[in-house]
Parts: sequence; C-alpha cells; structure tokens
Amino acid sequence: MSDYFTVFGLPRKLGVDGEALQRRFYELSRQHHPDFHQGLDAERQAEVLDQSALVNRAYRALREPLARVEYLIALEEGREVREGATAKPKAPRELLEEMMEVQEALEEAKAAQGENLGGDAGTRLREERRRLEERYAAEATAVVGRTAEWDRLVDEGGDRRPLLEWFKQRLATRAYLRTVIGDLSDALGEREDQHVSYRRH
Amino acid sequence: MSRIVGIDLGTTNSLVAHVEGGIPRVIPDAEGRALLPSIVAWTGNGVVVGEAARRQLARNSARTVYSVKRLMGRGYDDVKDELARLPFEVTPQAEVVSIRIGDRAVTPPEVSAHVLRALKQRAETYFGEPVEQAVITVPAYFNDAQRQATKDAGRIAGLEVLRIVNEPTAAALAYGLQKLSQGIIAVYDLGGGTFDISILRVKDGVFEVLATNGNTHLGGDDFDRAMVDWLLADVKSRHHVDLSGDAEALQEIRLGAEAAKCRLSFDERTVLTIPFEGFTYHRDISRTEVEALVESLVAATLGPCRQALADASLRADQVDEVVLVGGSTRMPLVQRRVEELFGRTPHSRMNPDEVVALGAAVQAQILAGGITDMLLLDVTPLSLGIETLGGIVSVLIARNTTIPTLAKEHFTTSVDGQTTVDMHVLQGERELAKDNRSLARFDLAGIEPMPGGMPKIEVTFLIDANGILQVQARELRTGKAASIEVKPTYGLTEDQVEQMVEDSFTYAEADVEARLLIETQTEADTVLNHVERALRQARDIVGAEERAAIEAARAALRAARAGTDRDQIRELTTALNQVTAPLADRLMESAIKDAVTSKRADRLLENS
Repeated sequence: MSDYFTVFGLPRKLGVDGEALQRRFYELSRQHHPDFHQGLDAERQAEVLDQSALVNRAYRALREPLARVEYLIALEEGREVREGATAKPKAPRELLEEMMEVQEALEEAKAAQGENLGGDAGTRLREERRRLEERYAAEATAVVGRTAEWDRLVDEGGDRRPLLEWFKQRLATRAYLRTVIGDLSDALGEREDQHVSYRRH
Repeated sequence: MSRIVGIDLGTTNSLVAHVEGGIPRVIPDAEGRALLPSIVAWTGNGVVVGEAARRQLARNSARTVYSVKRLMGRGYDDVKDELARLPFEVTPQAEVVSIRIGDRAVTPPEVSAHVLRALKQRAETYFGEPVEQAVITVPAYFNDAQRQATKDAGRIAGLEVLRIVNEPTAAALAYGLQKLSQGIIAVYDLGGGTFDISILRVKDGVFEVLATNGNTHLGGDDFDRAMVDWLLADVKSRHHVDLSGDAEALQEIRLGAEAAKCRLSFDERTVLTIPFEGFTYHRDISRTEVEALVESLVAATLGPCRQALADASLRADQVDEVVLVGGSTRMPLVQRRVEELFGRTPHSRMNPDEVVALGAAVQAQILAGGITDMLLLDVTPLSLGIETLGGIVSVLIARNTTIPTLAKEHFTTSVDGQTTVDMHVLQGERELAKDNRSLARFDLAGIEPMPGGMPKIEVTFLIDANGILQVQARELRTGKAASIEVKPTYGLTEDQVEQMVEDSFTYAEADVEARLLIETQTEADTVLNHVERALRQARDIVGAEERAAIEAARAALRAARAGTDRDQIRELTTALNQVTAPLADRLMESAIKDAVTSKRADRLLENS
C-alpha cells in the first residue's frame, strides 16, 4: 500500500506547506470521491471507496505537524499506524519521580473522598494538573521545533536514527502526560468532556 | 440517469425537493403545501399520512404515530423514559422497538416509509413519471443504527437511497449554491427532535466538515413537553382536574402548546384556549414564561457547540458566519444564546424549514452529475471502536474523521483449532464498552483449524460516504475471505427488511384499494344526499313515473354502497346522476327564475 506521503506526491519530510496540502487534498477528493463515480459497477465502486478512504486518511495523518511526526515514526518502523490506541501508555523513566508526587496527590484526594476537593487536596491536584498541562504543551513545541532538523538530515543523508528515537521518547512522554492529566481531571470531577482522550494535538 | 429527489425526513415535518434549472425547489402537494407533517394514522379506512393524519391526533391517538424519528434505530432502553408520554403503545423489545397498531406491530422504519411513500407519490404526481431514487437527510449526530434504519425506511418505501446526507451539511450546500458563504461556517440546526452543530470550511466549491456534534434527542418536541407539564399543572390548580391520564386531552394540550410556542416567536404574548368537557381552559402566556421553561434545554445545545469548535481546533471568533436551520431556531431565545456563544449575529436567510430539503436536492444533483463544481466532504460524528479485554474500547476510527474512511485490524485465535472469532463493534466516546453504543456483534467464521495464535485475520472497517459501517474480513495466510455474520444490536436484519419491502407492496395495494373505495363511497354519498334534497325541494315538479325511476336508482345505489364493489358503486352513481339530470336542470331553471325576485338561488346553489 502506498504511504501517505506518496499519496500526496511528497517526499518523506516533515516540512509541509499546509495550504498546498489542502489544495492537493481537494484536488484528489474531486478525483476520487464516490459522489463523482455513481454509475460504476459494484467492484469499481468499491475501488473508488478504497481510494477515497486512502486520500482522507492520508490528509488526516499529514495535515498537523505533530500527527505528521507520529505517522513518520510508524512509517520508519514499518508498522501500521493507528489512531486512538487507548491502551494506557507506560510511564517514561524520566517521569517516574514526578509521577510519584502526582500519585501522592491523588491518594490524598482519595482520602479526602472528594468532599474536600475545594480545600488543600483540591488545590494540590489543580496545581499538579496545571504543571503537567504546561509540560504537555512544551513537549509538542519541542517536537515541532526539531522537524526542520529531520528534513536537513534527509537532504544531507545523515544518520536519522537518534532523532527518530528522540521524537519517539517525546511523543511517548506526551501521551503519558495526557493520560495523567485526564486522571487528575477525573479525580477533580472536572473532566471537560466524557470523551476518550485520543486527540494528540 | 433517472431523476433523483432530495428528501428531508423530519421529526415534525418532511419535504421533498429537486433541482430545476440549476435552482433547488421544494415540490409542493396538490394544495400547494411544502411541508408534509410526519404523522401516520391507521384509520378504519386505511393508512393516512400528513395533514389527514394530524386531524387524527386527538380522536385516534392510540393509532396515530408522530415524531417516530426519535425511535429510529433505537432500543427499548433508549426510549423507555419517553414512552409514557407517547399516546401509542410501544412494545418493550430490546433490539427494535415496534408500535402496536391493533393486531399489527409496526417498526419505526415502516412508519417512516409511509411518510417517504407519500413524498414519493407527491414527486411522481409533480413530474408525471416514476421516482425511484433519493437522497435522504439525517441528523449529523445520528449513529450507524439510526442511519441504517433511515436507509431501510427508504427501501421499504420503494426508494433506492443513493446517499444519506447530514442535515446541517445539506443546509450548507443549499446556502453554498447561492454563493453566500466562503470561509468558516457554523450551522446550528435545532429541529423538532434533534440538535446538530457542524463547523465547515467552504472554499473553492469544497464543503469540508471540520467537526460535528449534537444530541439526537433534543428539539422542539422537548420544548412542547416542558410546556405541556406546566399547562397540566396550571389546569390542575385552576380547574382541579388532572388531565395527565387523558390521552385525547393531552394531545389537545400538546397541539395548543406547540401553536402557542410558535406564535410566541413573533409576539410577546398569546392566548391559549382549549375547550374541554365541562370547562374551557383559557390561559394568557407570555414569551418570558415559555423562555423560563425551555432555558435549560436551549443551554444544553451550547456544550456540543463548544466541543465541535474544540474538535475543529477553532475559537468562536474564527467563525465567519453562523447559519440557523430548523424550525426551533425561530425562537428569539435560541437566537440570543447562539449569538452570545459565537459573538456574531446568526442568520437564516433561507427558510429554516426548507433549507435542508433544498440541500438534499443539491446533493442529489451532484450524484446525478448535474453539478460538478461542488463537493461535500463530511465526517463521521462518533468514534468507532471494538471491545478489547477488560471491556475497554479500542478506537479504530476517531470521531470527525472525513468519510469515506477505513481502518484495518488484525485478529487471531487463542485456542488450537478455533474456527470462529467474535468481535463487538461500538460507537461512542467513552472508554468502557458498556458506556458506548453497541453497533453489532460479528462472528468471523470459517477459519481453518490451526494452532492458537496462528491465523492472521485482517478485518477492514469501512465507513462509507453515508456514514454507515461496512465490515470485511480476510485470513492473510490463506488469502481466503472469512465470512462475517452480522448481528446488529439495534436494527432490522436483512431478512426483516426484505419482508417489509414485500409487505409494503401487499399493503400498499390494499391501502390504495381501500382509499379508492372510500373515495367512491364518498362520491356516492354526495350524490345520494343531493338527490334526496332535490326530491324534497321539487315535490311539485316531479311526475310519478320519473319519481319511481329515481327511487329505483337510489335504492340500487344504496345497496351497492353498503358493499365493497367499487365498480358497481361507480356505475350506479353515474346511473343515478343520469336519471336525475332532467330534474336537476328544471330545479336550476326555477332557481334562476326565483333569483330575480329573491336571494333564494344563492342558498339553492350553495346546497346543490
């Protein structure tokens, strides 16, 4: 199966002109969308449907810088990328110490049994959450900040593996932070919506 | 390609439209009405739809079905809370609820099929040719089962449903055709029973939905209910009568409340008068009072709006235009709340009752190849996932993913020689399977016996352009397609739909037969009445012989009228008309003579 960069006729690089990508997406949609292939027999219709689905998935994977990095990692590792895996990510080693603190705050809140979340326990939980949210945003900025470096390595033929590994680490940390932020919000009874936190950007 | 119509199958009203000379137009009925009330009544004389059914609401409440859209694709648990409020009897089946009409059980798709059939006939009368293909709209937030139920309804009505389109996006298409919008558009659609918000980017003829959200159980019906409760309490306190158990009275109050609500969108005050047995209820109602009753319901639409904006990664102030769709957006309160949220005045430059049907017609024209510069890219409103160990949902396709889209997942066996694998597919945003909407259970069968863990079965979950799921499976080692048995959790099986399609032909014929008979009998009654009156008026100018002939023809028609032989009734009606024709002429002459000196002719002509 063609990779998503190929679908858009792009090199496997992270710097993508968003407007050009959108224009191309609309063009490809006009070519492949089932709306314009009504008269075909069932087999051809199924092909059109597959093609159209491929264009849509490719656009979704490439349109945002962070999603692009995630897709690239999967592609480089030769595994299928799938959105929204809900298995809880493991805590990256670097975060273990901090997470102990968060865990403590959660225990404390549990002991207060939700009655006193307006008080000290609540204040602590909120403070932890704010800190983690900042960290969460910072991880994204850091990743996007090094995408140009990747493209340079591609152009110059340098060793990309260390950077790929670093991207992976950062994204794993980020995914973990998202889960913990969700847990904290749950404990506070403030989860903004009841949705699965599969949004990664 | 044959003609494709666009249909808005609404909770309260339905419409059919088509594109004519590049402009979408609603197809009116013979009386020029655009809206067909989505009401179906089973009367002693067959099934009636629309206005005729509305008149049955109070006097035939157990057999008159309205707002059936709220039951489409739903199980008993979903709707049991509101069943107490419906005057018709709904059977407590877990999978597909059905409505008991006498000794028949009718499912919601069958009820909707009656509405669709009426619209189909309306279009056929208008074009003078058969109409067999349609685009039908559904609320954007409808799940798979609700969409499938709508498609089933089309099939039962004898329509090939070429596309299911989301209502807010259809509205955007209708607006777009008139080149009114470019940029980021929010469509706020509050109808009779459902609420949707869709955020679109409109650019170069492409209508790209960025995010959608909503509530398929929130609309004008709920406003009416809040008013009914309030009016019931008022009747009780002022007249000391509890009408809550009186089906007929409840319908009268509901209809009165609905009408008052509509008037209050334009007037500050209105008066509600309902005559009941023994007393007349009279109530002065202000807009402020009703707004207080529905305030929390209107507020419930704002959360989904914020979520849709967040999912589209947009702030409210980045929205260029806010469009109001659906009859309930006529309420000034709704307009105020929408304006506050988006910080911009919303508009409904196109008729909010008609714009969705017009958009459906535009989409129909696109499918027919008549419009090539517009393209709608819609999204799936809910995340799709499968249940994994521990009852956790593993998301395969996230909500707001552009459709068509697909996801592949690999499965294997756990035991040696295992030949089937079952999966549970769900739709929704919650982490636990039990909190989501169960779509179906699939049995992957026909796996070759192998040691556990050896088979590699690839399952493809494809959401098509209708937002409906298709599943395919393949064993990768053998390349063989695995068979899938789908057990929809809520919905009709293929066989059931097939049966209903067949039934509909049988019943449709029976229904047509019944209606024609009624028409013929009514015609006979009219002639019999006229003749009777004429004989009374013309006592002096009828000879014995003539009178005998007329009496004989009368008696023959009366006898035939009691039977069901339509041809015989018609023949004898014609015969009676002929034998009385000379008398009618003489009466007319004498009436005209009289008219010179008196006004009696008016009365006589009026009566004839």
